[in-house]
Amino acid sequence: MKYVDEYRSPDVARRLADQIAGLVEPGRQYKLMEVCGGHTHTIYKHGVENLLPPAVDLIHGPGCPVCVIPMGRVDDAIALAERPNVIFTTFGDMMRVPGGNGSLLEAKARGADVRMVYSPLDALRIAREHPDHEVVFFAIGFETTTPSTALTLLRARSEGIRNFFVFANHVTIIPAIRAILASPDLRLDGFIGPGHVSTVIGTVPYRFIAQDHGKPLVVAGFEPLDVLQAAFMIMVQLAEGRAEVENQYSRVVREGGNERALEAIAETMEVRTTFEWRGLGFISQSALKLRDEFADWDAELRYDVPGVRVADPKACQCGEVLKGVIKPWECKVFGTACTPEKPIGTCMVSSEGACAAYYNYGRFSRRLETLAT
Amino acid sequence: MCLGIPGQIVDVVDHEHHIAKVDVSGVRRNVNVALLATGPDAVEVGDWVLIHVGFAMSKIDEEEALATREFLERLGNPYEQELDELRASSIE
Repeated sequence: MKYVDEYRSPDVARRLADQIAGLVEPGRQYKLMEVCGGHTHTIYKHGVENLLPPAVDLIHGPGCPVCVIPMGRVDDAIALAERPNVIFTTFGDMMRVPGGNGSLLEAKARGADVRMVYSPLDALRIAREHPDHEVVFFAIGFETTTPSTALTLLRARSEGIRNFFVFANHVTIIPAIRAILASPDLRLDGFIGPGHVSTVIGTVPYRFIAQDHGKPLVVAGFEPLDVLQAAFMIMVQLAEGRAEVENQYSRVVREGGNERALEAIAETMEVRTTFEWRGLGFISQSALKLRDEFADWDAELRYDVPGVRVADPKACQCGEVLKGVIKPWECKVFGTACTPEKPIGTCMVSSEGACAAYYNYGRFSRRLETLAT
Repeated sequence: MCLGIPGQIVDVVDHEHHIAKVDVSGVRRNVNVALLATGPDAVEVGDWVLIHVGFAMSKIDEEEALATREFLERLGNPYEQELDELRASSIE
């Protein structure tokens, strides 16, 4: 396969960067948004933006699933974790995310039985091993992780495991992109589409972005050269006056996605009327809950979940960062009151959050050096 | 959690529940392969897959798998953390 070698070659990177620069119309500024935590990570870690001409700006959208969970839902999770007889299971990334009432890590320190799991199937195993306890799984993520929760629910039902409950917080990427497109603060020229989400949903659901909004979207892989190649493909479309959905990551992503994954999601979950996203507010039909057929495994029906909305801390500009209105280092508390060790906002928690990625990879200090000289 | 990690299927552990043992950078653990059980992307022992939270999400060829693994190894800490979490996993 020709891709792999080419994508790893510095010569190709330079050539792509030159070609992108050659496509810039004089006087025009381009804003390309990616909506995937993996892309954010790659871009900061490898300094992809430094290779691009100044006229091309990469904007980091709401693609990090940990970052978009609102504070109120973290408080709900803590309330569930602190119930007697509950073993609360979560991906490690969620442990340090602050709610209005601290984090799950702090709840654990106070005595709650909070356990990190690699997979929802590990949570199901814990339920099997502890029939006298109730095991709650904190289900988060975009379409990349939703099929895993769906298949775990199907397994729980087929085995008749009745002490396993899912606290569903799965979100869907398309409504988030719609919300971004409707946002008056931002004028985008094109999108770098998420790689792994697209392995599940395919490339067809993005067509409205091209057809109704006239903006190109190119699904991209995770290596720096994948991102550069996608940026190049978007710039070519813009130069030729086209707006289409293209697939740079065809070595993994199929046009139709993964049918079995979509079936499992449809069998177990349905769209919520509305769901709050951190920083973006309520977005209609943007998240999933369990279907009535799975009511017996639904933590929100099993327990009295507080469901109190908690406003984001005033100092934190995670919302503006998630919408791409500001860069992480433009937030007033970035790197001072808010650090990965003591995060105020979710963008600073996950290694895929724009703020943490920026902080960890030293762009901040480099930027300061640049500004100072 | 969001990293897709490449692993090679080394054994089918439970046909009924689509559980296979994979080797990820030397770490051998069970994952669910139900999403790749049938159709053009159906997998068998020896195949490479991209794994998310204990589920094989896509079939990839060996060249792509090795390139992705090298990329992840260069990422350093996030991949190490993912491997640690995989080590702690025990899917049945």
